[in-house]
Amino acid sequence: MDRLRGTALNAFSANVSTGLPGPDWLAALRRSTLEGLDDVERPDADEEVWRYSRVGEIDLDGYAPLKRQRAADTVVQRDLSAYGEMAAVVVVRNGWVVETTSSSDAVDAGVYVGPVGEAPDGESLFGAAIEAPVDLFSHLNQGFGPEPVAVVVPDGVCLQAPIVVVVLTDADGAAVFPRVLVRCGDDAAATVVELHTSTDVDSLVVPVLEATVGRNGHLRHGLVQELGPRVFQLGHQAFRVGQSGRIDAFAAALGGDYARTRTDCRLVGRGAEGRLAAAYFGEADQTLDFRTFQDHAAPDTRSELLFKGALDGASRSIYTGLIRVRPEAVRTVANQTNRNVKLSPEAWAESVPNLEIETDDVVCSHASTVSPVDEDQRFFLESRGVPTVTAERLLLEGFFEDVAATAPHPAVAETLREALADRLDRRDANSGEAVVEMGATA
Amino acid sequence: MSESAADRVFRIEGLTARVGAIDILHGVDLEVRPGEVHAVMGPNGSGKSTLSHVLMGRPGYEVTGGSVTLDGVDLLALPTWQRARAGLFLALQHPTEVPGVSLESVVAEAARAAGRPTEGIHDLLVAEATRIGFDERFVSRPMNVDLSGGEKKRNEMLMLGALEPKYAVLDEIDSGLDVDALAAVSRRVQEATEEDGLGVLAITHFSRLLEVLEPDRVHVLAAGRIQAVGGTELAQRLEVEGYAGVLAEAGASVGLPVGVTHPDNHEAGFGEDPFADPTA
Repeated sequence: MDRLRGTALNAFSANVSTGLPGPDWLAALRRSTLEGLDDVERPDADEEVWRYSRVGEIDLDGYAPLKRQRAADTVVQRDLSAYGEMAAVVVVRNGWVVETTSSSDAVDAGVYVGPVGEAPDGESLFGAAIEAPVDLFSHLNQGFGPEPVAVVVPDGVCLQAPIVVVVLTDADGAAVFPRVLVRCGDDAAATVVELHTSTDVDSLVVPVLEATVGRNGHLRHGLVQELGPRVFQLGHQAFRVGQSGRIDAFAAALGGDYARTRTDCRLVGRGAEGRLAAAYFGEADQTLDFRTFQDHAAPDTRSELLFKGALDGASRSIYTGLIRVRPEAVRTVANQTNRNVKLSPEAWAESVPNLEIETDDVVCSHASTVSPVDEDQRFFLESRGVPTVTAERLLLEGFFEDVAATAPHPAVAETLREALADRLDRRDANSGEAVVEMGATA
Repeated sequence: MSESAADRVFRIEGLTARVGAIDILHGVDLEVRPGEVHAVMGPNGSGKSTLSHVLMGRPGYEVTGGSVTLDGVDLLALPTWQRARAGLFLALQHPTEVPGVSLESVVAEAARAAGRPTEGIHDLLVAEATRIGFDERFVSRPMNVDLSGGEKKRNEMLMLGALEPKYAVLDEIDSGLDVDALAAVSRRVQEATEEDGLGVLAITHFSRLLEVLEPDRVHVLAAGRIQAVGGTELAQRLEVEGYAGVLAEAGASVGLPVGVTHPDNHEAGFGEDPFADPTA
């Protein structure tokens, strides 16, 4: 079964959408999105962008979009002390904003963080990074997203402290549509960190991020995905960078049963720069799926992509990336690197780089590897007296070190390192059991 | 367990080994005692590097016979990391680059595995670096990444100094070193032999290293066997006369059986092509 099921969208009635909160323009946007749903192509694994995906395992009839926010009876517990002083914190639960706090410095500077319905010129944030939702799931997000979050950093405002968005899913059997809309203005600088978590629910999470960076602006974005083991995630991130602006995007993809993220980075102004980095670690039967588009639409633009993953157990990863250089994007520099380490014979990684270059005078490269732990490196460490298991740990920690170094905040890098250590602990425990079993049967 | 000085010896007996389907070592015998420096010299393809890798248990190198013991411990029965823990150190000809892993973390993990304290390791490494005229920043940089050949060799010496092995196999430690670096590295090895009783097996192509290291014995390895043994004068003669000349003569003087043939080519006489690369 390669096709999405439940595409009649029986569970996604217009009544649910019209009952959602927000100003008139948002209601109108939802309405028009739903009116066009029938014409939206249904995902099919025969298409390149869905190839190798597990979209065929999804039955949309099995997930219900949430009608209204349940009473905020429980406070969402989240230890954010590692982030120190923050410019703002937003907690989004099952798609609804349940908590917003902004520092007085941020408020005084004109920074807005909160529901998009109350944001200044919130309507303009939709479609600012990409013309239209890229697939059926993004359409559903636009039609059923109850309370998108806006982050607006005005021109000339440089925030040192991070803005943290906690995106929690704890509704079972639900289709959850969180959305974050970021505008980092001209000559502005900001760090936005999204922390996506869930309890152990069987839900469909469809997060969307749209972020624009103005002239000379600099946005650092981090995404830490630690969803529960039964969650299916189909996410989309879109960045659009103006003249001499820069985006540094970092993602740590750790959880989920099937977790897919499509990332579009469009460099639309001369001299714009996009740096995309991701670290992922698959365990058990997890599938981690990444589709990236480095789109150069202006001269003198530069993009650097580094995605690195480790696959243990029977986990799988998919990376497909396209560098597109449009005719006007002369003197583009674009690089794309995807490296995968297979930690078990059952693990599987697919890596497909692509180039589409429509002009001369560009420097582009791509590299992709899928290999086990390097035998020479392991031997080298062993020859110094480091036990095999420890040697592999050191090598894997080292493998991720250059990606971790690109994290937008030290706390994000630390979260990645801790998650890595947890997974390596589990791996060591499993390999210990295997040895015992072998000893017992010998 | 206490051991008498007489028990302390790194002993290789009748060691045979192959790489893939090709037999490379045809019976190597060697003994190194604490504080001694032994040189193993030999032409390309003689089995020098195979010997060093076999001793450390590198994957792909298969022992087919013989024994290796370190102070009575059967090394061949141990995995690589336990050979190191037993007191063997291999300085590689081409030290491996390990992105994202610092030299310090490797030494710390080795200490932890050996049940030794890990605090003070940074200071120890800094002191070791100073001792060989090396910048201490190499201690915390990713291991060997983007380093010159000479810097990598100094890294090897840093670890040799910090890990305090009982015996060290130095595989072409002199290649890629300039004169100053060679002097610093040799001095450090010599100090270890004198101060800590380190036994050294220095595998080398040229006698340059041996001018500073002053070996007790020089062994000439060719066609997978030790073919001649002597003092430093043997190394000097090798430099002047080349392997073919020395070995032809040494073969007679050390009493090699008449008519010994190339191990991989029983048709060829000893004089025809005795030291051809067996892997060629």
